[in-house]
Amino acid sequence: MADVPNIAPVLPEIFLALAAMSLLMLGVFQKAATPDGVMRASRLTSGLGVVTLVLALILVFTVSGVKLVAFDGLFLSDPFSSYVKILILLASAFSLILAQNWLERQGAHRFEFAILLIFATLGMMMMVSAGNFLSLYMGLELQSLSLYVLAAFHRDDTRSTEAGLKYFVLGALASGLLLYGSSLVYGFSGTTDFATIASTVAAQEHTPLGLIIGLVFVMAGLAFKVSAVPFHMWTPDVYEGAPTPVTAFFSVAPKIAALALFVRVMVGPFGALVAEWQQVVVMISILSMLLGAFAAIAQTNIKRMMAYSSIGHVGYALIGLAVGNEAGVMGVLVYLTIYVFMNVGTFACIMAMRRGDRNVENITELGGLGKTHPAMAAALAIFMFSMAGIPPLAGFIGKLYIFMAAIDAQLYTLAIVGVLSSVVSAYYYLRIIKVMYFDDPGIEPLESPLPTSIVGVLVVTSLATLLFILVPSPVIGWAGTAAASLF
Amino acid sequence: MADLPILSLLVFLPLAGAGFILTINGDDEIAQNNARKTALWASTITFILSLWLWFKFDNSTADFQFVENVDWIPTFNISYHLGIDGISVLFVLLTTVLTPVCILASWRSIQDRVKEYMIAFLILETMMIGMFAALDIVIFYIFFEAVLIPMFLIIGVWGGQRRVYASYKLFLYTLLGSVLMLLAILVMYNQAGTTDIPTLMTTRFDPSLQIWLWLAFFASFAVKVPMWPVHTWLPDAHVEAPTAGSVILAGVLLKFGGYGFIRFSLPMFPDASVYFTPLIYSLSIVAVIYTSLVALVQNDMKKLIAYSSIAHMGFVTAGTFSLTMQGVEGAIFQMLSHGVVSAALFLCVGVIYDRLHTREIAAYGGLVHKMPAYALVFMLFMMASVGLPGTGGFVGEFLVLVGLFKANTWVAAFAATGVVLGAAYMLYLYRRVVFGALEKEEVKKMLDMSPREWAVFAPLIILTLWMGVYPMSFLDMMHVSVDNLLGQVQLALDASNSALVAGQ
Repeated sequence: MADVPNIAPVLPEIFLALAAMSLLMLGVFQKAATPDGVMRASRLTSGLGVVTLVLALILVFTVSGVKLVAFDGLFLSDPFSSYVKILILLASAFSLILAQNWLERQGAHRFEFAILLIFATLGMMMMVSAGNFLSLYMGLELQSLSLYVLAAFHRDDTRSTEAGLKYFVLGALASGLLLYGSSLVYGFSGTTDFATIASTVAAQEHTPLGLIIGLVFVMAGLAFKVSAVPFHMWTPDVYEGAPTPVTAFFSVAPKIAALALFVRVMVGPFGALVAEWQQVVVMISILSMLLGAFAAIAQTNIKRMMAYSSIGHVGYALIGLAVGNEAGVMGVLVYLTIYVFMNVGTFACIMAMRRGDRNVENITELGGLGKTHPAMAAALAIFMFSMAGIPPLAGFIGKLYIFMAAIDAQLYTLAIVGVLSSVVSAYYYLRIIKVMYFDDPGIEPLESPLPTSIVGVLVVTSLATLLFILVPSPVIGWAGTAAASLF
Repeated sequence: MADLPILSLLVFLPLAGAGFILTINGDDEIAQNNARKTALWASTITFILSLWLWFKFDNSTADFQFVENVDWIPTFNISYHLGIDGISVLFVLLTTVLTPVCILASWRSIQDRVKEYMIAFLILETMMIGMFAALDIVIFYIFFEAVLIPMFLIIGVWGGQRRVYASYKLFLYTLLGSVLMLLAILVMYNQAGTTDIPTLMTTRFDPSLQIWLWLAFFASFAVKVPMWPVHTWLPDAHVEAPTAGSVILAGVLLKFGGYGFIRFSLPMFPDASVYFTPLIYSLSIVAVIYTSLVALVQNDMKKLIAYSSIAHMGFVTAGTFSLTMQGVEGAIFQMLSHGVVSAALFLCVGVIYDRLHTREIAAYGGLVHKMPAYALVFMLFMMASVGLPGTGGFVGEFLVLVGLFKANTWVAAFAATGVVLGAAYMLYLYRRVVFGALEKEEVKKMLDMSPREWAVFAPLIILTLWMGVYPMSFLDMMHVSVDNLLGQVQLALDASNSALVAGQ
């Protein structure tokens, strides 16, 4: 009776794939030679794209809650994957909502944008659900290839094409490392299936050196994807060069997917080797936090600053992975949840930074925003304080759980470096607030009123960041269930 | 009425007021006035409500009263737990008294972004009351840290010339101390499995662990107090802050540290507290003597008062760690009276600053001829700061010195020099500003206090005299709680001593 595979767990992915292909057809046939037609096609795919993502989110909800295995272990669906997929879909939907208006104003509105974004999302969902190195790689490449194109999407802009090329070259290298690592793992364990690797490793008295080397290569590849130090070099350039909506997307969805994958691979197949990988994760976590804190200070471009900030945030999330137990994974999930909202919100503000008819990215351009755009300034201030981890904003709760897990596991050095670097990073987050509130407005204020899509996203994200403290329990509860399903 | 969540009301009423101000449209004169009035109303109603605590507080028990307990994150045993005892009740009242005073004091001097200013102040009040009323250490931490946000903005937006530098310094200094405390809190949670303050007070932590926990808490509280040598943020913050910002900073925020020592360090880490007492004594004595000498040579009025604050807080820390009844009660009393007196002194500076827009002592002189009423008010608070009997300042200093004499005569002797030095710099300040010949043209044009300014000072004058003449109404409230606290500390110390003896 095993002829017909059980496709229920894969339903959201199948739906997303079919929907993306239909949108592609729709776009192709809509497309006329006139600028009007181009506009219509892009608006249509973008709007339907958001609807698709939301529907996929609902589908994920319906399959969540139980552990399901499909395609002989290639594909896993458990509360962990559902939780992460919901985050990814949310982040993608936010990014798509924000993108349309920006792209239209840049004259870069082409209907492929939404489709590429959906394919990237699909790849991420595959990554999160991977139960085998093969499906992992498939998901990862589907994601990466879509992202390379997205980075270079604004093809008339040299910075954008440069970012795309840079991302492609380095990303391909990372994929190669990962692939090489997994081939070594296959060589020394005889399988690519996560569950089988886990039992093989646990049964071995002495772990073969080759397997460890393979593990390190896999980790290097994954560290590149989450942009953790020392594999972070591409991040600032790509973030700065890529079109802002793409940067917004990069800084959340792929990060979440890669981190979730990192967690799954480490605690799944290599769970028994925790002593081997823990020190590596501790190291890259400490380095990421410190670099994220110190390197961002000198930045003048807000997108570059956010790139370093995201490196720092990955460092914090990696604390949870370094802990390597249920509490740690829960910390990672809570942290990422909050991170989605603050980061999307911040990028919504960055997208609203327009003067005349060009985008501005220098931090000083925000001067006097507190006077000219009080609501937007308040929202950005909320995000900045939250990122700095100041209570009562949501970012504090995220850090609280991460540090709680670290203290529980007696990783005191990690916790102390973490809090100290959070003080350093507070410096540059405060700078944004200082520029907005303490400095005088420039000659010409930023453009107003803001586009409706940005206002909508800002309202949702800032309220979520501000009010999360009131009812944190549901999210923490879900994250706890999700984390428990991995162990 | 017994079930009325009075503490939550007190905490969130100012926040509701801030929400109201947010809905005021426009930026014209009328909108600004509405914002001012709303803020004044919100804080006054909060004050009137807080009187309920004053009248209904039960002096005869050391238990926490007006307790509220709601699950917040049940999986981690963290709850929204509020309550007050004899130690915290007076600080809550101090906060509710000072906030309307501050708002009234900012009526004229703040003309720019009035709405935002009032919102920041009301949020600040919420955080301060919450901090004193919190009975869960995570909730405490949230309020404790959150205070930084409005304070940073108040100094940074409405401050003086070097406001950016001052606000950054305040924020980063305090944050650096607090994050270490956060880690200590997490370690305590890890050990005790709870974040409930009353439970933690009776938890016995391992003495060697206590040392680390104590140090982490010390890092946070010492910056807040502030103790020498981590006091340098305070003069900057005071000088640059708007008058009301200085008032609330000196009046309430500095008390966070002293309150923290009494609430956490003493009962939770008694062994470590005894172990570190010499350190505290030394730092306090340095603070008292050194900052008094520094105060003597200041040319800026606000800076002088800021340094005097550090000296006065030196008394507080020394008294707290004397672990005597008089010392601890004196410390609390000193904090309260300093809260009123230094607040009033900053307001006194504010009154003449509003007229002449300079804080240079040399710019004034002979004020008594033009502003006799002001000279009288200033004299009262100057004397209270010096510690003249009959004012609040005397009782606190006297009790602390009595406590210190019992514990360590040398420390008491050194601390007592602070009283003399305090008289020196305050009288010197007063002479230069108020007496002397009335020569400067600008000073000749200055007018005496307006009715609004009288209204600002009136409650503070009453409080200062009341505290000096009949301190028992305040001491009675804290007596049982302090007694109980010291009893617990002694019990814990005896237990570890006998453990030590048994171990040998």
